[in-house]
Amino acid sequence: MLDLLYSLTSFLPESLQTIIIILVKIAVLLIPLLLGVAYLTYAERKIIGYMQVRIGPNRVGPRGWLQPIADAVKLMFKEIVIPNFANKFLFLLAPVLSIGTALAAWAVVPFNAELVLADVNAGLLYILAMTSVGVYGVIIAGWASNSKYAMLSALRASAQIVSYEIAMGFALVGVLMASRSLNLGDIVIGQSGGIYHWYLLPLFPLFVVYFISGVAETNRAPFDVAEGESEIVAGFHVEYSGMAFSIFFLAEYANMILISMLASLMFLGGWLSPFEGIEIIQNSSLAFIGTASIGWLLAKAAFLLLLFLWFRATFPRYRYDQIMRLGWKVFIPITIVWIFVIGLMYYWQIGPWFTH
Amino acid sequence: MGGMTRFFKSLFLVELLKGMRLTGRYLFSKKITVQYPEEKTPQSHRFRGKHALRRYANGEERCIACKLCEAVCPALAITIESEQRDDGSRRTTRYDIDLSKCIFCGFCEESCPVDSIVETREYEYHGETREDLLMTKEKLLAMGDKYEEEIAADRAKDAIYR
Repeated sequence: MLDLLYSLTSFLPESLQTIIIILVKIAVLLIPLLLGVAYLTYAERKIIGYMQVRIGPNRVGPRGWLQPIADAVKLMFKEIVIPNFANKFLFLLAPVLSIGTALAAWAVVPFNAELVLADVNAGLLYILAMTSVGVYGVIIAGWASNSKYAMLSALRASAQIVSYEIAMGFALVGVLMASRSLNLGDIVIGQSGGIYHWYLLPLFPLFVVYFISGVAETNRAPFDVAEGESEIVAGFHVEYSGMAFSIFFLAEYANMILISMLASLMFLGGWLSPFEGIEIIQNSSLAFIGTASIGWLLAKAAFLLLLFLWFRATFPRYRYDQIMRLGWKVFIPITIVWIFVIGLMYYWQIGPWFTH
Repeated sequence: MGGMTRFFKSLFLVELLKGMRLTGRYLFSKKITVQYPEEKTPQSHRFRGKHALRRYANGEERCIACKLCEAVCPALAITIESEQRDDGSRRTTRYDIDLSKCIFCGFCEESCPVDSIVETREYEYHGETREDLLMTKEKLLAMGDKYEEEIAADRAKDAIYR
C-alpha cells in the first residue's frame, strides 16, 4: 500500500512527497474514526433506548442506520450563533482546541505491531499531554461564551478533569512499571503469551481506576456535572450551535473511543488474542481466533464503549463533592497502594508479569 | 451493617454492579414502544375526541336548543342561537364549538337531555386556520352522520352504567 503511494507520488520533490503521504495516513486514520464516532452516537441512542425498554431511532433508513448522517446534515446547515459581547476569537477557538487534541492523541495509537501513525517512544506521555490540553477547550468555551451557566460548567469541568488526571496518571505509572516502556506498541507486546499475561490480572485495581477516571475525564455520565442539564442547562457548550456544537460532540465521543482503545491496549492485551498459545485452537479450523489481529483490538474497545453507554443508562449523576471525594480520597490512595504492591511483586518476581 | 462490610461493599462496587445487572437484563427484555402511525394503543369507548351532533333515525336533528351545553361549558367554547321553526318546534340556527377553546371535559355530552351533542373517538385532526377549528353546525352534523354507527354502539355499551 505504502509502496504504491510512494511510486505514485515519485515525480514530486521528496519533501512534498513526505507531506502528502503523512496527510494520506492521517485521512486513513481519521475517516474511519469519525465514522466510528457517528455510529457511536447511534449505538448510544439505540442501547440506552433498549435499556429503557424503548427501541430508539428507527425511522431514518432501514432500522435507523442513516440517523447519524441525518443528524450531521442537520447540524451542518444550522447557523452558528455567536452571543453578544462574547470573545469571538476564543469562542471559535475552543471547539478547535477540543477536537484538535482529541484527534491528535490518535497519532500514537497502534492498531497492530506495524500499523501506527507515529511510533513515538514516549507515546504514553504524549497521550497524557494531549488529553490534558483538551481541558483548555472546555475552559475557553465556558469563558468565551459570556454566560454564567457556561462559566460555572467550565469551572466544574476543569476541576474535575484536573483531579482525575492525577489518578489516571498514577494508574499509567503502574502500567509503566509492569511493561518498562512508554511505547504503546511495546506495552502490548509485553503482554503476549495468552490471557493470563495481560496486565489486567496484576493491575486489576489500576484498570478499574483508569477506566472510571476515563469516564470522568470525558465528562460522561455519571460524572457529567459539567453538562448537568438539570442545573446548568447544557454546561460549557450551552451557547454553541450548529457545527461548533457538533465539534464538541465529536471531540467527546472521539475521546471516549480513545480511552477505550488505550484501556484495551494497556490492560487487555491490545490486538493480542485471548486464546493465544492454546494448542487445541491453533490446530483446528478456528486458528484465526487464536492469532493476533486488529479485530481483537476493535472488539475489546467496543466492549469498553458498551460499558460507557451501560454506565450512562444505569447510574444517576454524582454530586459534585462526591466526585471530588472519589477522585482524591479513593482513587489516588488505591493507585499509590497498588504501585507499592507492584514494587513488591517485582522484588519477589511474582507471576509471568514480573520475571524480567 | 458493620463498617467493615460497608467498606468492602463500596470498594468492590457491589451496588453498582447490581444496578448494571438490572439494566443489562432490560437490554434484552421485550420493548413496549408503540410505533404510532402504524400501531395504535387501544381506545376506550368513553374516549372524548372531536364533537358531533346526532340525528334521529328519521333524519330529524336531535338538538332542541335547550342551551344546557352552552351553560355548562367551562371553557365557553359553545355558542348557540335558536329560532322557532315553521312547524312550531325550537331549533338551533347556529351551533358553534370552538375547538381551540374546548378542553374536552365532556360536560356538554353529560348535560344533553336528548343525547344530541356527543364526543366521538376521532382525535387525529388539525386545522391550518382558526376557521378550521371552529366546528359549525354543518360540520358537527356531518361528523354525526359519519360516525353514527360507532357513536350508537359506544352509548349502548355505556348504558348499563348510567
